[in-house]
Amino acid sequence: MTAPIETTGSQAEAQPEAVLAGVKSQNIEGRSLGQIAWTRFKRDKVAVAGGVVVVLLILTAALSRPLQSLLGLDPNAFHQDLIDPNTTLPKGDFGGMSWDHPLGVEPKFGRDILARILEGSWVSLVVAFGATVLSNVIGTVLGLIAGYYGGRVDAVISRLMDTFLAFPLLLFAIAISATLQGGAFGLEGLPLHILVLIFVIGFFNWPYMGRIVRGQTLALREREFVDASRGMGASGPYILFKELLPNLVAPIIVYSTLLIPTNILFEASLSFLGVGIQPPQASWGGMLNQAVDFFEVDPQYMLVPGLAIFITVLAFNLLGDGLRDALDPRSR
Amino acid sequence: MISYIIRRAIAAVILLLVVTAVTFGIFFLLPRLAGQSPDQLAAQYIGKNPSPEDILAVKQNLGLDKPVYEQYWEFIKGIVSGATYNLGPTTVKCEMPCFGYSFKNHIEVWPQLVDRLPVTISLAAGAAVLWLLSGVAAGVISALKPGSVFDRAAMGVALAGVSLPMFFTGQLALLVFSYQLDIFGRTYVPFTENPSQWANTLFLPWCSLALLYSAIYARLTRSGMLETMNEDFIRTARAKGLKERKVVVKHGLRAALTPIVTVFGMDIGLLLGGAVITESVFSLPGIGQYAVQAITDNDLPPILGVTLLAAFFVVLCNLVVDVLYATVDPRVRLS
Repeated sequence: MTAPIETTGSQAEAQPEAVLAGVKSQNIEGRSLGQIAWTRFKRDKVAVAGGVVVVLLILTAALSRPLQSLLGLDPNAFHQDLIDPNTTLPKGDFGGMSWDHPLGVEPKFGRDILARILEGSWVSLVVAFGATVLSNVIGTVLGLIAGYYGGRVDAVISRLMDTFLAFPLLLFAIAISATLQGGAFGLEGLPLHILVLIFVIGFFNWPYMGRIVRGQTLALREREFVDASRGMGASGPYILFKELLPNLVAPIIVYSTLLIPTNILFEASLSFLGVGIQPPQASWGGMLNQAVDFFEVDPQYMLVPGLAIFITVLAFNLLGDGLRDALDPRSR
Repeated sequence: MISYIIRRAIAAVILLLVVTAVTFGIFFLLPRLAGQSPDQLAAQYIGKNPSPEDILAVKQNLGLDKPVYEQYWEFIKGIVSGATYNLGPTTVKCEMPCFGYSFKNHIEVWPQLVDRLPVTISLAAGAAVLWLLSGVAAGVISALKPGSVFDRAAMGVALAGVSLPMFFTGQLALLVFSYQLDIFGRTYVPFTENPSQWANTLFLPWCSLALLYSAIYARLTRSGMLETMNEDFIRTARAKGLKERKVVVKHGLRAALTPIVTVFGMDIGLLLGGAVITESVFSLPGIGQYAVQAITDNDLPPILGVTLLAAFFVVLCNLVVDVLYATVDPRVRLS
């Protein structure tokens, strides 16, 4: 990808002044692709807002456990005293909201909803990031190979991608999660569930990244710097990973940002269906699953995890769309 | 044309074999690679608290202790020509196409699938009509005036639509329109019994599903239309004095529809194999709900059957799309 030369109004005006003043002479230096993208991204207010929310979410997820102890909350502590024994619903209005339980407590067991949302946030993000990394690694390597070598190699890999796209993804994921639930790779419980989720979501999603990387590689491999590198006797892997890959960082970042929200939804769907994260571990999808039994009488319990998923996914989508527009204006 | 169709059909059969192999791998090979013994594997086909005799019976019936290639052969043979399961005192003949036998509920999977198919078809077809109409229309109007109020609003809604989980919007819709306002029913009634009741119950699932998909289709259509409307042939069409509506619909949209048809083929194929989440949210007795029920029951054979059926539908819909392409766009036949 070439760095498009873009002179924005304000900056074009600012440069002569800088020269005249004789200070900050770095202002007239050519800007890198990253700098150009950054200026363009900053102008997109919605995307910046999305980015801010994403950063906050990642911080919340990373500090989820310390936050819980700071607030004195426990995601798995039962509070039967807050539950009306006759209706199994939380006492008080708005799902039992109080200073001790800012988002209320869940029906039946009375576990704190805020604590469970916090606990679910890290699970959700760990699975989504892990799956995205997995499909990126597979997709990038195979996409690079297909695009650079072309011919029969490309035909085989492209066919493979078409085949993967024809798989009934959700059902495969359900099947794998169901068969491996009993124990696998010597693991059990939460680590197993997280690992299985990362595997099923990441392993079947790679063709999306594969197609994008392949397409970009096809265009890049005809460029002079690749010829030059080959002329100097560089090996295939060297050209792939040291010459081509750095040029693909922008699209990889953009589509990773757009893949993460899809994966968050996927994890939530699987946990909702009961094949993802298993109770008592809190997860957003799992909370919505339990809310099914109560949503006509205690809608609060459904709204909180639903909105958590919605805000997270929306923020990542906004950030991803903004990054795409900033890094690759043609794709608008 | 005929040779093209034959080529596509052969490709479809190969794809089907690959998908069955992968399905087989997921159910029989992967758990073994992950370190489960045949006994552990067999236990998953019986439900909670299996007895040793049950495990032995399942292991023998599914050939779990045989080499992998023999298992795969039995598996394919079962689908094509039926299978016999020896269950201690009795033997069960699973007629072809044998999509498996639920050892837990002592019932064949295939008839269950056939029973539930009309529900899933009703759901998928109604939603597809809605999302195609609304999604494509919104995408076209947005693309004609990019940056306009309509464009911004439609794309905002579309972004929200792809960010909302189905199992959340579905529950919200049920809560508001069914439980509180009592406009829509919640018990599925077959079309043949009472068409208006049928539509009344399915309306909310249709809309929830359509919201999700029309968001995707609106974004797809918009980007496709933006690209085609800048093509030379559009300029030519305008230059020769065609009405704008004809330019947009006959020349622009028709060219932009190609990728949408591909995606549509896949989506409808996947949905026919069970709209798992929608069906479970709205408790529609379709194929997807059957799979969810099987998850809760810890009963693997129905999940295997549903996965296979979904794979068949995807391959079939892909084939139909390929053939449709060739009739619509003559260029496709040559490549």
